[in-house]
Amino acid sequence: MTARSAAAIVSLALAGTVACTSFYEIPIETPIQPKMDVSMFQRVLIAGFIGGGTEDVDTNLETVRLLRSQLRTKSSLRVIEAEALQLAEIIRDQAKTEAPLPSSPGGAADGQQQAAPAPVPPLPNGGPEPIRIRNEKDLEKYQSIFSDVSFWKKLGEEYQGPLIITGTVLFSPLATAGYVPIEREYFDQLGRRRVIQSRAYQERKGFTLQPKLIYIDGRTGATLYSETLREEVLYSAQTNTPALSSYFELMDKLIPSFLNTLSMQKIRGTRVLVK
Amino acid sequence: MLVRAVVLAAALGAIVLPAREAAARDARSDAKEQVEFGIKVAQNGLWKEAAYRWERAVQIDPTYGAAWNNLAIAYEQQGNFEKAREAYEKAVTLEPKNLLFRQNYDLFKEINDRAKRRRDR
Repeated sequence: MTARSAAAIVSLALAGTVACTSFYEIPIETPIQPKMDVSMFQRVLIAGFIGGGTEDVDTNLETVRLLRSQLRTKSSLRVIEAEALQLAEIIRDQAKTEAPLPSSPGGAADGQQQAAPAPVPPLPNGGPEPIRIRNEKDLEKYQSIFSDVSFWKKLGEEYQGPLIITGTVLFSPLATAGYVPIEREYFDQLGRRRVIQSRAYQERKGFTLQPKLIYIDGRTGATLYSETLREEVLYSAQTNTPALSSYFELMDKLIPSFLNTLSMQKIRGTRVLVK
Repeated sequence: MLVRAVVLAAALGAIVLPAREAAARDARSDAKEQVEFGIKVAQNGLWKEAAYRWERAVQIDPTYGAAWNNLAIAYEQQGNFEKAREAYEKAVTLEPKNLLFRQNYDLFKEINDRAKRRRDR
């Protein structure tokens, strides 16, 4: 018996074994336990976010709206309908009142005042300059509000101690270039359509979304949990995708993780039962 | 004397070995009954009953890979990830070449590891 015929017999035997195995594909739902215990809260307040990055999307307002609508349908917590806080402006106003004298610009000795942003110079028409947060570094200046226990406790008292969700949302444009997998189609000598996989150098652009979600106990003002998520999307440089649709595309990917923080989520899949 | 002892041993072996094989066959066929019933009830969504049947199957025949595989799926469906991992590991250890067991285990690990990463973050 040659090696080739022996191999053929072995593969036939293997095929027979697989064919004889009775198996049944079955849908399953895998429950994923929530990351946080929110059993002590009946209500949730999505307070507002410090948004940054592109100015094409109001990340504060859009994030508040989206998270509220998700929680309304996919969580047992009652969502409090309130106006979204403009946290960046609140911090700026706080900084104005606490600002040091002009003779010592930004020279406060204690850590608390250093954390607050420098006072914003008024515009010629008297109004304050609009707040521009472009990157993580800009956002850092505003982080102090999240550890301001008295601020969150006071806010919590207004709404009878709910779970408060706040944080930062950075949505920035992204541009990159490199080799990407592409499909090329051609027609062979007999006129049949063929597709071949290859790689091509392409300039690409898109967006990156980086929300930091902070969960605060509205009764005490203390932070219970926080997590930073990140997603990005890239398109060919010729594609003109509106920033808002990219924002929703990226949020779609992050929403399951957000929901899983507060409630049990079920992941659908299939497995194979074997006899 | 020696010849007599050898003949006696051979005769005993001839009786005991087939009896042991027959017992193993009986165990496998009993376990198989439990597995088949478990599959039927799982297909009707009765996962608790299915898990009970497959637990019985692995008690009867602990070398039955398919029973361990199915039991792992039932544990996974119930959110009992530690037990599911142990059962999957048992199944792939018993039948390392079974691609169906391996595929189920890989899918489980993907979800479980992702959930773990999220919790750890």
